[in-house]
Amino acid sequence: MKVRWAGGITSLVLVWLAGWTAAETDGVFDEYRAMFGDDNPAVFVIDEGEELWFTRAGPKSATLEQCDLGLGPGIVQGAYAQLPRYFEDVNLVQDLEARLEHCMVTQQGRSSETIHARPYSLRGDLGTEMEALVAWVAEQSRGLPIAPGQSHPEERSAYVLGESLFFFRAGPHDFSCATCHGQEGKRIRLQSLPDLTDHSGAAAAYATWPAYRISQGIVRTMGWRMRDCFRQQRMPELVMGSEASVALQTYLAVNAAGAKMAAPGLKR
Amino acid sequence: MASRIRIRAQLKGGECEVKALMRHPMETGLRKDQLGETIPARFIETVTVTHNENIVLEAHWGAAVSANPFLGMQFEGGSVDDIVKVSWRDNQGETGEGETRIRQG
Amino acid sequence: MKNKQFNGMARRTFLRMSSLFALATALPAQVRAMATRPTSVFEATGVEAVFSQLGATPTRSEGIIFSVPDIAENGAVVPVKIEIDASILPDVSKLYVLVEKNPNPLAAVFGVPKTTRPYIETRVKVAQTCELYAVAEAGGQFFMTSKETKVTLGGCGG
Repeated sequence: MKVRWAGGITSLVLVWLAGWTAAETDGVFDEYRAMFGDDNPAVFVIDEGEELWFTRAGPKSATLEQCDLGLGPGIVQGAYAQLPRYFEDVNLVQDLEARLEHCMVTQQGRSSETIHARPYSLRGDLGTEMEALVAWVAEQSRGLPIAPGQSHPEERSAYVLGESLFFFRAGPHDFSCATCHGQEGKRIRLQSLPDLTDHSGAAAAYATWPAYRISQGIVRTMGWRMRDCFRQQRMPELVMGSEASVALQTYLAVNAAGAKMAAPGLKR
Repeated sequence: MASRIRIRAQLKGGECEVKALMRHPMETGLRKDQLGETIPARFIETVTVTHNENIVLEAHWGAAVSANPFLGMQFEGGSVDDIVKVSWRDNQGETGEGETRIRQG
Repeated sequence: MKNKQFNGMARRTFLRMSSLFALATALPAQVRAMATRPTSVFEATGVEAVFSQLGATPTRSEGIIFSVPDIAENGAVVPVKIEIDASILPDVSKLYVLVEKNPNPLAAVFGVPKTTRPYIETRVKVAQTCELYAVAEAGGQFFMTSKETKVTLGGCGG
């Protein structure tokens, strides 16, 4: 860690790297990252998410307060760390985005079509409802160990499907997720790529999503991150909350299990 | 609408350290959206920090200050529980304001 | 001294008047109290043009301690910090941040009253690898230092 002293006038630059994935910290950007301290603009998005949770919306003019994220209706604290998980009421394994969509439909009476119209920010947006809700819910698991459900057969098959998707080569570039994230010591340009098949690589990555992406000025979700990897592989669009998206996240969450959540993180 | 400014003010030695994050897109007017339409310039032009109503910093910004801007500054004096206020005004006339009480660092 | 309102009596009088005016118009006092925006300096293209708008090419000074990263992971957000060693450079009233190769180099100017330490931290956009300048105004004179920041695009870009 290179620490900059400024002419003896200033005190030590506060170093807070919890939001950065350890696998990405390969030295080149240490100075740059240290200069951010713990000032993460995700705080605004977290606040907005909390407000949205308690805001009446949809034809039923209901809040999301009765939404069951897996720990019982209305329990948000600790819920994110245990997702994805099997939900009996829908007989599906769901990630947070799929579960929030379910609650928006069943409790607020909204249509899936509207929710899917623009789930993630486009350029020039300050953030979407989904991004804000995910940021707040994830923040409510800060410091808790990642413990996705693996007791139900559906949860175990989601992991198996996720693993096979991770290594599935396709598209015009014949890429898989593993092409970039399946070995130690790989990088794109100057940036180190975490090996997500390994516990420490998966833990460092999974624990810090959702994250404020400084290049975009937006909080991005893990679902968006999966979709963006698919986009960069030139694969068909990965739909938010779909079986494939949930399976990939299950694979990563299980690989990362035991590590402590530190989201929303702060990333390039 | 949640507060659009996050401020921390801490006493350290004889000085008060202020750190503020502002919620603002800081659009340059040079970017295009997904449809190819230019996104209009929208950026904070002026920022003021006050301590108990006295101005301790006045800044003029251009669109080159990053989105969701960060400001760190220090002033002499200040006591625990004094009020530090940060306010901004952008090129479209919109304003934002937030305040906090000084804490012991 | 270009903007006297940042210092001494002129400034206090200006602020008192501004406050009264603000009350009358129900706008926050601090918005009214703003010194005039140096529009021509913001609009200048190229570092030399900025200096000519300021009225002088700054003298290099060891009294300005300028921290910018040697290499930035993304140019959209580059942290910068300016501190002044008052034993070398006393009475600093304004600090400027310039980014050489941006369409308009002047990113920000900070007016620093006497009780405020000439110290600022902010984050700026840097369009491409170039020199960043910290300029300090003291007693009507200009001083500067500069440092290069390399801008990269992390990962797959975007």
